[in-house]
Amino acid sequence: MALVHLKFSFDGIPGASIPREWSHSGVVGSGDMEVLLTRREQNGRVNVTVCTPVSGFDRVWELVLRRFVAESGCGDLELEINDNNATPFVVGLRLRQALLEARGGEI
Amino acid sequence: MQEMSTQTWNALRCDTAERLNAAAEILGDGKIVAAKDVTRLLEAVIHPGDKVNLEGNNQKQADFLAERLCRVNPKKVHGLHMVQSSIALDSHIKLFEKGIAEKIDFSYAGPQAGKLADAIQSGKVRLGDIHTYLELFGRYFIDLIPRVALVAAYQADRDGNLYTGSNTEDTPVIVEATKFKQGIVIAQVNEIVERVPRVDIPADWVDFVVPSPKPFYLEPLFTRDPALITESQILRAMMALKGIYAEYGVQTVNHGIGFDTAAIELLLPTYGEELGLKGKICSAFALNPHPTLIPAIESGWVKNIHCFGGELGMEQYVRERSDVFFIGPDGSPRSNRTYAQIAGHYAVDMFIGGTLQIDEDGNSSTATARRIAGFGGAPNMGCDPKGRRHASPAWLQCGEENGQREALVGRMPRGKRLVVQLQETFREKMAPGFVERLDAWNLMENAGLSIPPVMIYGDDLTHIVTEEGIAYLHRCRSIEERRAAIRAVAGFTPVGLKANPSETRLLRDRGIVKTPRDLGIDPARASRGLLAAQNVRDLVRWSGGLYQPPGKFKNW
Repeated sequence: MALVHLKFSFDGIPGASIPREWSHSGVVGSGDMEVLLTRREQNGRVNVTVCTPVSGFDRVWELVLRRFVAESGCGDLELEINDNNATPFVVGLRLRQALLEARGGEI
Repeated sequence: MQEMSTQTWNALRCDTAERLNAAAEILGDGKIVAAKDVTRLLEAVIHPGDKVNLEGNNQKQADFLAERLCRVNPKKVHGLHMVQSSIALDSHIKLFEKGIAEKIDFSYAGPQAGKLADAIQSGKVRLGDIHTYLELFGRYFIDLIPRVALVAAYQADRDGNLYTGSNTEDTPVIVEATKFKQGIVIAQVNEIVERVPRVDIPADWVDFVVPSPKPFYLEPLFTRDPALITESQILRAMMALKGIYAEYGVQTVNHGIGFDTAAIELLLPTYGEELGLKGKICSAFALNPHPTLIPAIESGWVKNIHCFGGELGMEQYVRERSDVFFIGPDGSPRSNRTYAQIAGHYAVDMFIGGTLQIDEDGNSSTATARRIAGFGGAPNMGCDPKGRRHASPAWLQCGEENGQREALVGRMPRGKRLVVQLQETFREKMAPGFVERLDAWNLMENAGLSIPPVMIYGDDLTHIVTEEGIAYLHRCRSIEERRAAIRAVAGFTPVGLKANPSETRLLRDRGIVKTPRDLGIDPARASRGLLAAQNVRDLVRWSGGLYQPPGKFKNW
């Protein structure tokens, strides 16, 4: 099946990035995803690329990611997501866990 | 007077006697029939157009008799009207392909759901109605009375007394409906013994006994491997425990068979304990012996479980826990489905399960456009039993909160069953759990059904639990408000995207919608570490080795 590549960009909070250069978390198991977070100073912007086998859900991705950025209060980040049929709940959960892990918190 | 004296009142009995004579001519006298003679027996006692009950339960299957019925000569035996609980085996469909049977009334068609839909569309099967179990059992005594019943038992003695053991299921209701209307009962048994451990069906209700070449097929339908439970299911289980079980003090429950309720069962000794709920919820179940209930039972949560059927591997565990399960004087359960369905319908305060699709009005269905799965027993539990007259705190509280009660019964106090759906907003492959139009409508059109097959109607549904929140639907005062509450928890599905944030805010203020945060639950805590058992092996350990899982669940 052809993979779909999506790109999104959101306004985040300047300076609200992660302490390390980059951080990786998750596995691309069935119904799951992995995400690579990279620190990048860009006036708070959060850019996201998504690689997924599921087509036709661009708007859902945008809404899920927008909600994550708003609720987590992150910024100045590049996110690279490799998805394997994760549901919106799993995407939201993994992103929150990944951010927490990158910031050195407990999950 | 002349006319009255010629009236016959025993035509059925005479017809049965003729059929039994025909069988005796071929096979001689005696109840025990050899496997090789079964096809000829069936040809002798079944007439074209008969209503025939082929015992296909949720679990136990009269598979040998079904296979032999497929071998009768369609010139002799045809046009049969099958009346049976489950369409579970290939042979059940083959009867139609061979022109032996032409019509079916049933309840559940799990594994054969796709084939059944095809056979209906190609005109091979004429569909009667799709029922719930109790509804079908009721019709066995009114207008779907079997002329011949083909049933399954573990053992028979030489007189024909049957032992149906821990999988009695539907046998008593089928045999009684058939025999007491002068019909013919044929039983396949795994073995003939000198003395049965317990008489489940008396010999004089049984006409023929066939020792089957191999034991009847039994489906392990209720085993859920804890290793497959997801964080999303754990979150919903936490929300249900705090926002529903605790909120209403629900003591009497029926659980669905999915992983969501398995998660709840496995959270009782951990998260439930932490919430201080032991003794306050879940003391009695109408439920099959779910292996995932073992940790809660062993931790002293559960006082009583009445079962619809058995479960492979749970026999010894159940036997050793006679304070909890119903065990006969012989030491094994009986699991009469009719009684368990009655208990589930009238005597439990809550049904909680999962579904495939919920529409904007709260109607839910497991139907897809090309599979006729039927209902089974779930709707007998997943409804508000209108004949209920006894009160309990949970039932009264739910009725007290009913936003439409005054409009319906004025100031008269009336309780309400809690009917709860646990639903992830998207299932695997991004199939939305909330839809504008149920697939049941397409199925109705494809299969020529008279109405869309709805598992639980919106007016019976009181709560929906998704990862977004709990909607307390019965608290709504109008259908418009119910729709808004459903949208509010429907996440990013097409239905959820219609939600209006300010409307949702109002519903939260009024306690009609509660998010995990409103419930004081941190979704980050929803991890597998919270489960009392992580896998099947843990369940075996909890049971002290009494639970002996079937091979397919053993991976160590």
